[in-house]
Amino acid sequence: MLTDAVASVASVASVANVALAVDPVPWARSQMAFTLAFHIILVPLGVSWSVMALIANYRGIKHRDADAMLLAQRWSKYMAVTFAVGAVTGTVLSFEFGLLWPKFMGQWGAAFGVPFAFEGIFFFTEAVFISIYIFGWRRLKPWTHFWTGIPIAVAGVFGSISVVAANAWMNAPEGVTLDSTGKVVDVDPIGVIFNSAMPLMAAHMVVAAYLVGGFLVASVYATGMLRGRRDRYHRVAFLIAFSVAAIATPVQMGVGDALARWVFIEQPGKFASIELVPETSTDVPEVLFGHLNPDYQVVGGIKIPGLASILSDPGTGTATSIQGLNTIPVADRPTTTEVNVTHLAWDIMVGLGTLLFLLTLWYWASWIFRRDMPRSKWFLRAAASAGVLSVITLEAGWTVSEVGRQPWIVYEKMKVVDAATANTGIWVTFVGVTILYLGLGVTTILVLRMMSRRFRRGDGAGDEEVPYGPSEEPSLSGEEGALLGDEPARPSEEPVG
Amino acid sequence: MSTAAAVILFAAITVYAVFGGADFGAGFWDLVAGGARRGQRPREVIDHSIAPVWEANHVWLIFVFVVLWTCFPQAYASITLTLFVPLTLAALGIVLRGASFAFRKAVIRTRDQRNFGAAFALGSVLVPYCLGAVVGSVASDRVPAGGVAGDPWSSWVNPTSVVCGVLALCTSAYLAACFLVSDAGRLSDDTMVAYFRRRAVAAAVAAGLVAFAGIFVLSNDATYLFDGLKSRGLVFVILSAALGLGALVLLARHARRGARLAAVGAVVSVVAAWGVAQWDYLLPTSLTVADAAAPTGTMGAVFVATGLAAVLIVPAFALLYVLDQKSLLPEEGMPEPTPIRSTHD
Repeated sequence: MLTDAVASVASVASVANVALAVDPVPWARSQMAFTLAFHIILVPLGVSWSVMALIANYRGIKHRDADAMLLAQRWSKYMAVTFAVGAVTGTVLSFEFGLLWPKFMGQWGAAFGVPFAFEGIFFFTEAVFISIYIFGWRRLKPWTHFWTGIPIAVAGVFGSISVVAANAWMNAPEGVTLDSTGKVVDVDPIGVIFNSAMPLMAAHMVVAAYLVGGFLVASVYATGMLRGRRDRYHRVAFLIAFSVAAIATPVQMGVGDALARWVFIEQPGKFASIELVPETSTDVPEVLFGHLNPDYQVVGGIKIPGLASILSDPGTGTATSIQGLNTIPVADRPTTTEVNVTHLAWDIMVGLGTLLFLLTLWYWASWIFRRDMPRSKWFLRAAASAGVLSVITLEAGWTVSEVGRQPWIVYEKMKVVDAATANTGIWVTFVGVTILYLGLGVTTILVLRMMSRRFRRGDGAGDEEVPYGPSEEPSLSGEEGALLGDEPARPSEEPVG
Repeated sequence: MSTAAAVILFAAITVYAVFGGADFGAGFWDLVAGGARRGQRPREVIDHSIAPVWEANHVWLIFVFVVLWTCFPQAYASITLTLFVPLTLAALGIVLRGASFAFRKAVIRTRDQRNFGAAFALGSVLVPYCLGAVVGSVASDRVPAGGVAGDPWSSWVNPTSVVCGVLALCTSAYLAACFLVSDAGRLSDDTMVAYFRRRAVAAAVAAGLVAFAGIFVLSNDATYLFDGLKSRGLVFVILSAALGLGALVLLARHARRGARLAAVGAVVSVVAAWGVAQWDYLLPTSLTVADAAAPTGTMGAVFVATGLAAVLIVPAFALLYVLDQKSLLPEEGMPEPTPIRSTHD
């Protein structure tokens, strides 16, 4: 049995070799999906939280509202954390484009990169002014300080439009001229940036950023109110955040509907996956849940007769013909798993989106009829869960867009399998990245909670003595702001936002 | 046209080497500042110095990547294909340090601060080393063009990469120390001025030694680069050595502003020497700048973006640094910079 040792060493080596020889494509896909799924949660906060803080800041200065002022200060401190996490996870993506998809970048970088050149400007602007805004509370004049926050909000919108333009280009790869070997020989930057998928996709993402950001922030204060913290501070916070979400949500219904129709016309393959249509037909039922079996037949689910056709083009109603998966050449067809994932994600996005929409209707109805937000505990409970639900909606929507494009990375021009790295060690980085990001996610939440507890406990007193501790003096009226945290709720005049 | 794009690329790398480098270097001094009590004051100065500017500093890296993959997609693809390992390590390091730095500011318990501080400091050492090693690999002809991967390990574990990695670390530390002398001066903290001045000298000596060793390494290991440094790049090599020494002299004479400028000049010259020496290759000796260039339309778009950046970003940055230098962006909870007694300059 002496040879055992040798054999085991050899087998370890061979196991390592086998393990290292794992097909990189699924791992590259998983790593990209995971890191993007993580980053996309921080995007809404980056885009919309600054706007909410500015609304509070404006109220704080204009109406000498100490609660709102305190809120703006605290929000800016939370933003410092979420922005930092968003910035570093965004940086990782710029590494991953090349590390995971070198062939994609090598061939298409000249076109795909163009929107990023402009995104860079907006990201710079955001990073510079967020630093000024976060650190400028004590020494800048109140209105000067307020205006240094405006570029953050503007750059957030245009930055996400630029990134989505690049993603939209993958769906509608226009503005490029190829030679006979498929090499990009000319690029029309305007055509690339303003590709036909870009306007609606960008609008959908920007509105989503306000929707998700609003619900996420509001859910924190709804939870606080359910726990009995019904002071004016919580109320102002909730009203600002929820109002932002409640404006964005109805808009999103319209934008989303328009985008779905664009997909129906321009990406029939993706639409067939969304609506679970194996064969081209008219009077297509809307299938809620359900899936395709390996023979591309619809199994299970609840069928609503004719609805998919009606929704696709209300003008022609049930006579609307929807192109089926059968029209896609077999080699280019998404797998049934991909179809099922796309369809399920679609159902989740539309389903949860509709629930969130109903919640905002409740909110607006209450304002119209009673001049106040809903008093019911059930409303607060729903609002408290809306944060997580809106994130799930966001992730589902992004899944529809990405998985629905499969097997293409550049629609009808390059497949994902042809774009990936040949590096067989990707599974190692996938594991490493997953562990690191899980740690990062948990830590981010813990740190934010720790900050919130400290703010509640300290309420300004004594914080100054602790190293790194925040100081809670609003630039207008410090003591007032510090005391208001414990005040009983008093009615606020108007909804803000 | 491709030349202009290459100049933009190198300009962005240079700016990142200076601002990002100073930032990493500050993290390095944080790492070696000692225990929680002994290192408290240096760490406070470091925090005070980089907190408002670190995020903006690192956007330059993204800009470098964007220009690289947009204007020279083949080069970006080749670099990421071959140098998978050091780039992945650098990416993880960036996550670790950026997030930890933000977390450290947000927590108040010493234990938490220490853990996040350690992650921040380790990341600050890992990233510049890896990025320096990547530069070394590119410069020493180890990244083949044309969709073939070079060796995943020897491409970055080799004499030139090691020298470049360590040199990146030393210049970062040197630059940071020069900046921190200045910042400590603004806080009127003479002890810290002296503290960082000693470290600036140490880092400068280390950088000089590494650079000297580099001469022998490059002459064997990176012949194209070495020939370039001897001819086209010689003026920059001399300039960087002169400015590096000059900065030390100025530091010794308490001319903090001049010292800082000279230190920046030294680092700029090093990057310029590298760029000029490997001209006109992007990947010596397999891919030239002209061959790697993207189509005209793309270049035009990048020039427009760069022009916009010059108009919008440069003033914004200037504003940030001016506000920071005027102490209008004070650290929360930090003692106000009260002048203890007036110092020279």
